[in-house]
Amino acid sequence: MGWVPLILIVVVVLWVVGAYNGLISLKNQTINAFKQIDVQLKRRHDLIPNLVNALKGAMDFEKSTLEAVIQARNQAVKVNAAGPDGIKQISQAENALSSALSRLMVVVERYPDLKATSNIGKLQEELTSTENKVSFARQLYNDTATLYNTKQQQFPTNQVAGLAKAQPAELWEIDDQAERTVPKVDLTSR
Amino acid sequence: MIGFVVFFAWLGFGGDFIFWLATSDAPPAQYHHVFPWFGLVVTTIAILGARYAYRTGPEKILWATGAREVIDPQDDAERQFVNVVEEMAIAAGVPRPRTWIVPDDDPNAFATGHDPKDAHIAVTRGLLAICSRDELQAVIGHELGHVKNLDVRLMTTLAALVGAILLMRDGMGRMMRGGFRVGSSGAGGGGGSGRSGGGKKGGGAGLVIAVLLAAWIISWLVAPLVTQLLALAVSRKREYLADAMSAQFTRNPLALASALEKIERAEAPTTAIKRGSAHLCIADPLGRRLTSSEGWLADRLATHPPMGMRIARLKGMGYAQIKKEQGTLPDTP
Repeated sequence: MGWVPLILIVVVVLWVVGAYNGLISLKNQTINAFKQIDVQLKRRHDLIPNLVNALKGAMDFEKSTLEAVIQARNQAVKVNAAGPDGIKQISQAENALSSALSRLMVVVERYPDLKATSNIGKLQEELTSTENKVSFARQLYNDTATLYNTKQQQFPTNQVAGLAKAQPAELWEIDDQAERTVPKVDLTSR
Repeated sequence: MIGFVVFFAWLGFGGDFIFWLATSDAPPAQYHHVFPWFGLVVTTIAILGARYAYRTGPEKILWATGAREVIDPQDDAERQFVNVVEEMAIAAGVPRPRTWIVPDDDPNAFATGHDPKDAHIAVTRGLLAICSRDELQAVIGHELGHVKNLDVRLMTTLAALVGAILLMRDGMGRMMRGGFRVGSSGAGGGGGSGRSGGGKKGGGAGLVIAVLLAAWIISWLVAPLVTQLLALAVSRKREYLADAMSAQFTRNPLALASALEKIERAEAPTTAIKRGSAHLCIADPLGRRLTSSEGWLADRLATHPPMGMRIARLKGMGYAQIKKEQGTLPDTP
C-alpha cells in the first residue's frame, strides 16, 4: 500500500499548481482590466477639446457649463500625470468630469433645434459612446477584481493566496455623494 | 457532443465491423477483413474536408449573406453600430470583432469566426433601423456572448462537420453504385462457389450481418439530417447562455427582451440568410413558426428556443434587478 500516500501527494501538488496558476491568471486579468480603464479615460481626455470646440460656436449661452467641462478635464489630465499612487484621486477627478459631461448632455438635450441643425447629434453619439466605454471598462474591472478577490478568500484557494502574492484588488467606486444621486437621464438617441 | 462522436465512429468503423463479422468465419485461404482500412480512409477524408471547411467557413458565411464590412462608417446608424460593438467588446473584455452589415430589411444578427481574436459580427440594416441604442447594445451583447463562450468556434466546427458528412455521403453513394455494378457482373461468373462456402453456418449470423449492414447504409443516408439535428440541439442550449451573457454585459436584460419582441414581431423571413447559417442568428431567420411554439417536435427541429421563453426569462432577470434596486416593481412592464 506504499503507493497511496504517493498518489495523494501527486494530487495535492497538481491541485496547488492549478490553484496557483488560476490566481496568477486572474491577477493579470485584473491588472489588464484596470489598464483598459486608463485607455478609455485617455481617449475621453483627447475627445473633449474637439467636442468643446465644436460646441463653442453653437452655444454662447451656456458658457459656464462648457467651462466646467474644460476645467474638470484639465484637472483629470493633471491627476493622471501625477502618477498611479492614488486610485482615489484619479477616480475623484474622473467622476467630477463625468458629472460635468452629463450636465452638458442635459443642456444639449434641452435645445432640440441645436441637435437637429448641426453636427451636435453626431457629437452626442460620440460622447455617449465614450461615456459608455469608460463605464463598461470599469464594470469589467470590477467584475474581474471581484472574481479575483473571491477566489483568493475562498477556501481552499486561500491557502495558496500567500504563495501567489495575491492581494485584494480595490474596486472602482463612486465616492461622490452628489454623483450617486444624479437623476438618470435618457441619453439614447432614438 | 458525445452523440456526435458515437455517430461518427459508427459511420466510419461500422462498415469495417460488419465486414469483419462477415469474413471472420471464412476459410483461412480467403480474405479476412482485420485492418479497418475503410474507417481510416473515411476518417482521413472527413478530417481534411472538415479542416478546409473550418478554415474558410466564416468568410463563406459572410459572403453568402452578401454582408459588407464596415470599416469607415458612412452614416449615423453605422457609426452607432460600430460604437456599440466597441463598447460591448470592452464590457466583455475581448478584442473588437470585425463588423459587417447585411443588406436586408428584416431585423437579425449573427456572429461567426474561430475565436475571440478572429470574430465577426454582422447585423442587418433592418435591425439598425428598428432598434434603439440600448436594444442594439443588448443584441450585440448577445452576439459577443457567443464569441466569448467560443460558441462561434463550436458552430463553425459543427457546420464544417455537417459539410464533411454531406460530401462523404455523396462520394459514398457514387462508390456504392459503382460497387454494385462490379459486384453483379462478378456474381454471374463465380457466384456458385461463394454460396456453398457460407451456407453451412446457421442463418442467425447472416441475418445479424444483413440487419447491421442495412442499418449502416441507412445511417449513411440520414447522416446529414442527424448531424444537423445534433447541431441544432447544441445551438439551442447556447442561446439561453448568450442571453444571460448579454444581460451581464449591459446590466439591462429588459433591453434584450424588448429587442427580441421587436425582432419577433417583424418575423418576415430574412432572405439574405440561408438555411445553412440559421443556427448562427439571434432569431431564426426563416421565420418558421416552430420557434414560437413548444412541444417535443418543435423542440427537436428548431434552431432556437421558443421566443416567449427567452423573453420571459429575461424579464424575470430584469424585474429581479429592479426589485433589488428600488424595492418595488414598476407599474408598467
